[in-house]
Amino acid sequence: MSSPTPRAILEYGLSSGNVGLVQMLGLCPLLAVSNNAVNALGLGLATVLALTATNAVVAGIRRATRRDVRIPAFILVIAAVVTAIELSMRAFLPALHAVLGLFIPLIVTNCALMGRAEAFASRHDPARAALDGFATGLGFLWVLLAIGAVREALGEGSLFAGAGALLGLPGLEVSVAGYPGFVLALLPIGAFGVLACLVALRQAWRLRTTGSAA
Amino acid sequence: MSGAPREALRAAAQLALAGLAAAVLLAGTWALTRERIAEGERRAQREALQIVLPAALHDNDPIADAVTVRAPGWLGQPESIVRRARRGDAPVALVLDATAPDGYSGPIRLLIAVDQGGRVLGVRVTAHAETPGLGDDIEAGRSDWITRFTGRALGDPDAARWRVQREGGEFAQFAGATVTPRAVVAAVRRALQFVAEHGDAVRAADAGATLSFDDAPADPPPAR
Repeated sequence: MSSPTPRAILEYGLSSGNVGLVQMLGLCPLLAVSNNAVNALGLGLATVLALTATNAVVAGIRRATRRDVRIPAFILVIAAVVTAIELSMRAFLPALHAVLGLFIPLIVTNCALMGRAEAFASRHDPARAALDGFATGLGFLWVLLAIGAVREALGEGSLFAGAGALLGLPGLEVSVAGYPGFVLALLPIGAFGVLACLVALRQAWRLRTTGSAA
Repeated sequence: MSGAPREALRAAAQLALAGLAAAVLLAGTWALTRERIAEGERRAQREALQIVLPAALHDNDPIADAVTVRAPGWLGQPESIVRRARRGDAPVALVLDATAPDGYSGPIRLLIAVDQGGRVLGVRVTAHAETPGLGDDIEAGRSDWITRFTGRALGDPDAARWRVQREGGEFAQFAGATVTPRAVVAAVRRALQFVAEHGDAVRAADAGATLSFDDAPADPPPAR
């Protein structure tokens, strides 16, 4: 099989094969943690890290694992890497861990990881696989962050509230005083609504530029 | 046929190797982060404690001077840690973990500090899953509702008024959310009743002891 160029890998992960908008994988964390921009950024970054690391490791051991034990071996790798990320987060970003705690172990069950390990990393060299993991993770991150930012702005009239306490980046915080709040955007239905709008926007853009919605 | 067992063994060996690698990675990360995590948890406990219990009131370390209390009928959870604040040898306050099991979406965990006279020094919600924008006003960061318990005691208001306003009580509910504040008010009241009933036993026990109380107030927490 011919190897895709780095440019094609990035384009696929960020746009044409985006896990959130096109493949619709990993929707559980996407919908659950997108209630504000800081949570979205935190989980997104953890997912980028996890995907890059698991893809690289999976590609590294792809010749040492036979077909019939490949999937259990990949699951072991993914679980170990995600747990290592979780421990590091508890040690170095405890406040963020307190908010995201429940969802970090759930990265293991993010089908995007298993999907990329099986579909890409098990067939390519570690460098390409790491780039693919990074691109896929970044694609997930931007969709997560976009949904999080829209929901927080609509729901609470702020952006990146809590960035100082949770990420050590107080400069990101923006808020509008006296905004009455719009609870619907913060409830699960808001997540589905914003995701649907993003998917529709992307389809409209595809139709315009290429004439086909696929 | 003779090839099949060998093939299976090889597959098993590969899996075992992957498992070993995973274990090494985890053990290494654990060793590197263990100290920091433990320290962070201790700091978080101290900070939480300082919010409900003014540091000026006591001169001991309440985190070390703690007992384990099994009083599900009073505190709504199988086991609670009760920390004892003292000044010199005189007891000053008790800080209790309690749970309101009947929150709108699951249990609400509370940290409640009660002084020697049975008055609330402070209450904070430590964990909950209430609806964002409706029930989460019980968080100190979202509204000052939780601070309204401070200075209250059994009898202030009287037992019949330890309820939300909708039920003829003293404490405000939120627009669109009665279940959440009702659960919290009841849990705080039960914790105060527990201190009134068993506080002396808790203060007298040795640090590190485990105490069990099988009784319950007249209106025990609903079963989870």
